[in-house]
Amino acid sequence: MAVMTYIDASRQAVAEEMRRDPMVWAVGEDLGRGGVFGQYKGLVDEFGPDRISDAPISESCIMGAAVGAAMTGTRPIVEMRFSDFALCAVDELVNQAAKARYMFGGQTRVPLVVREPIGMWRSSAAQHSQSLEAWYAHIPGLVVAVPSTPADNRALLKAAIRCDDPVVFMEHKNLWALGGDVPDGDDVAEFGKARAVREGKDLTIVSWSAAVHTATEAATTLAGEGIEAEVLDLRTLWPWDKDAVLASVERTGRLLVVQEAVSVAGFGAEVAATVAENLHPALKAPVKRLGAPRIPISYAPVLEDQVRITADAIAAAARGLVKT
Amino acid sequence: MAARAKSGTRRASAAKSGSKPKSPAAAKSRAPAKKSSRGSPATDFSQDQELEAYREMLLIRRFEEKAGQMYGMGLIGGFCHLYIGQEAVVVGMQMVAKDGDQVITGYRDHGHMLACGMDPKGVMAELTGRRGGYSKGKGGSMHMFSVEKGFFGGHGIVGGQVSLGTGLAFANKYRGNDNISFTYFGDGASNQGQVYESFNMAKLWKLPVIYVIENNKYGMGTSISRSSATTDLSHRGASFDIPGEQVDGMDVRAVHAAGDKAAAWCREGNGPYILEMLTYRYRGHSMSDPAKYRSKEEVQKMRQEHDPIEQVKARLLEAHATDEDALKDIDRKVRSIVNEAAEFAQTDPEPDPSELWTDILR
Repeated sequence: MAVMTYIDASRQAVAEEMRRDPMVWAVGEDLGRGGVFGQYKGLVDEFGPDRISDAPISESCIMGAAVGAAMTGTRPIVEMRFSDFALCAVDELVNQAAKARYMFGGQTRVPLVVREPIGMWRSSAAQHSQSLEAWYAHIPGLVVAVPSTPADNRALLKAAIRCDDPVVFMEHKNLWALGGDVPDGDDVAEFGKARAVREGKDLTIVSWSAAVHTATEAATTLAGEGIEAEVLDLRTLWPWDKDAVLASVERTGRLLVVQEAVSVAGFGAEVAATVAENLHPALKAPVKRLGAPRIPISYAPVLEDQVRITADAIAAAARGLVKT
Repeated sequence: MAARAKSGTRRASAAKSGSKPKSPAAAKSRAPAKKSSRGSPATDFSQDQELEAYREMLLIRRFEEKAGQMYGMGLIGGFCHLYIGQEAVVVGMQMVAKDGDQVITGYRDHGHMLACGMDPKGVMAELTGRRGGYSKGKGGSMHMFSVEKGFFGGHGIVGGQVSLGTGLAFANKYRGNDNISFTYFGDGASNQGQVYESFNMAKLWKLPVIYVIENNKYGMGTSISRSSATTDLSHRGASFDIPGEQVDGMDVRAVHAAGDKAAAWCREGNGPYILEMLTYRYRGHSMSDPAKYRSKEEVQKMRQEHDPIEQVKARLLEAHATDEDALKDIDRKVRSIVNEAAEFAQTDPEPDPSELWTDILR
């Protein structure tokens, strides 16, 4: 076990996979200088500019070329820098990468990882802060990974690189510096397995990405008041661990979904609906979602903070459910 | 599905992995490429080449006519874009392709698949949505793929294949082989944005890709003069210093000559090349298009004066003094292949309902 940051864990995953398989390569803007956040720092020194490839600012062609190269059996990692920028390449991802295997009756596969960081950090405003994970969870053919810890960033990224289907890999920009224990060795995650961050009997809080940490903070506060919240980190939104969520809510009788994304038509709606459809008689309270209002993210901190889900808000919602 | 044995044209085979990657980014810039020029002169074909072109073009023509009939009978549904009139383009280009090269195109793709050596039965059965179709009935007319034959689809979004084709070329460079990506698109797609991102990247990294622009003069129902600020599409790579030329796409010899030159350019590591094929589709954009945006006379004139198959036939009979019976024999064989494909496509069972859930991560 080693302690490392979320960003270092991802860098280690890429380096190890590139050493393991010469067909793994990365392409994106400014990768040679380490990537916009430093995720690729030093990798060009080891692997050279052929495999850590600096591309023009042409997201559509970066994604399309990677899809084509993946169809021949190479394994590109596409760096889109921000999930907001990746929208320039949605056609290539949604119409080409996601469809090819099925549409061609299994004649081809697209082993592609698309890294597109999500989330608010500070004052990045409407076009650099979005959490668009639900868009891709909606698309058949795509895997959606949303790691919340350094260990998961390494293990899920390794799994994504080894996956023969396209994976939308959404790291949270506010987590880059987060430290944590990372297992040694070749730790490769299994998609669709949630992690119980904390066990509890009174309610289940389902979350993913950075919101997991806010939910965990709220759970600690609640524990001081005698409310035991179980916190589940979904880790991947497709496939998602329906069984773990249903089993937990069956025990606790209460569900609170916490997401940073806009709540309307967010992935929390899928979780809430699934629980409501399957566990209605076992529920002690109506299902509850917490997420951002349907409003673009503002620049001014005072406005930006209004759309953040805080630990206080989560604790308040949990108290409301337990009282019911 | 068994591939139809076919002489002459080169077979593409599945790309192999493992060779040492070459630098796409570090390639040194060479002397500026030649600017756009008009027309590679058509060089004479041998009798064997003429016969090969005749057979391949006729197969596409008869296949497409049959597909049109079957569409009219309700056996084929949805979108179906016929290649009739444009046969010389893909046939001439495939005559310069070699093993391991890739072909990728849009939705007017039946001709490309046949020219790549894909089985007509598998193609026709996909049109009728049967389990023996190349995509097991899940793709239809616009979406078929064959790793074995080097055909990378079959894409339904106008221009969407252009960046993918650029990536096929990237993979060739990465593996350090001398294969080429033949990336086809139409005059309509040439106004899509990702085409220019692709041009820049292909030139920057010296990628081995021939962009074959099939200019059939109409993007759906809008003529090129009404849709395009400049109509000489061979110049579209000028600001990236990509050489380009206009080619008589109705003359398979001119296509072959231009393709040969472009392929040599790419295989020598000089980067991309643009060939604008001046061609014509006799039918509407798709089966649901009566093509009222052009006159009957315009279509008649092209058919009578420029038909790619009639040109070859005339040369075979006159210049090569080919026995007419030999041509009739080819006609018979082609009809029999097409009829067999049509028969298979109607008798092969529909997909099992369980097929819905295969070929996808659930």
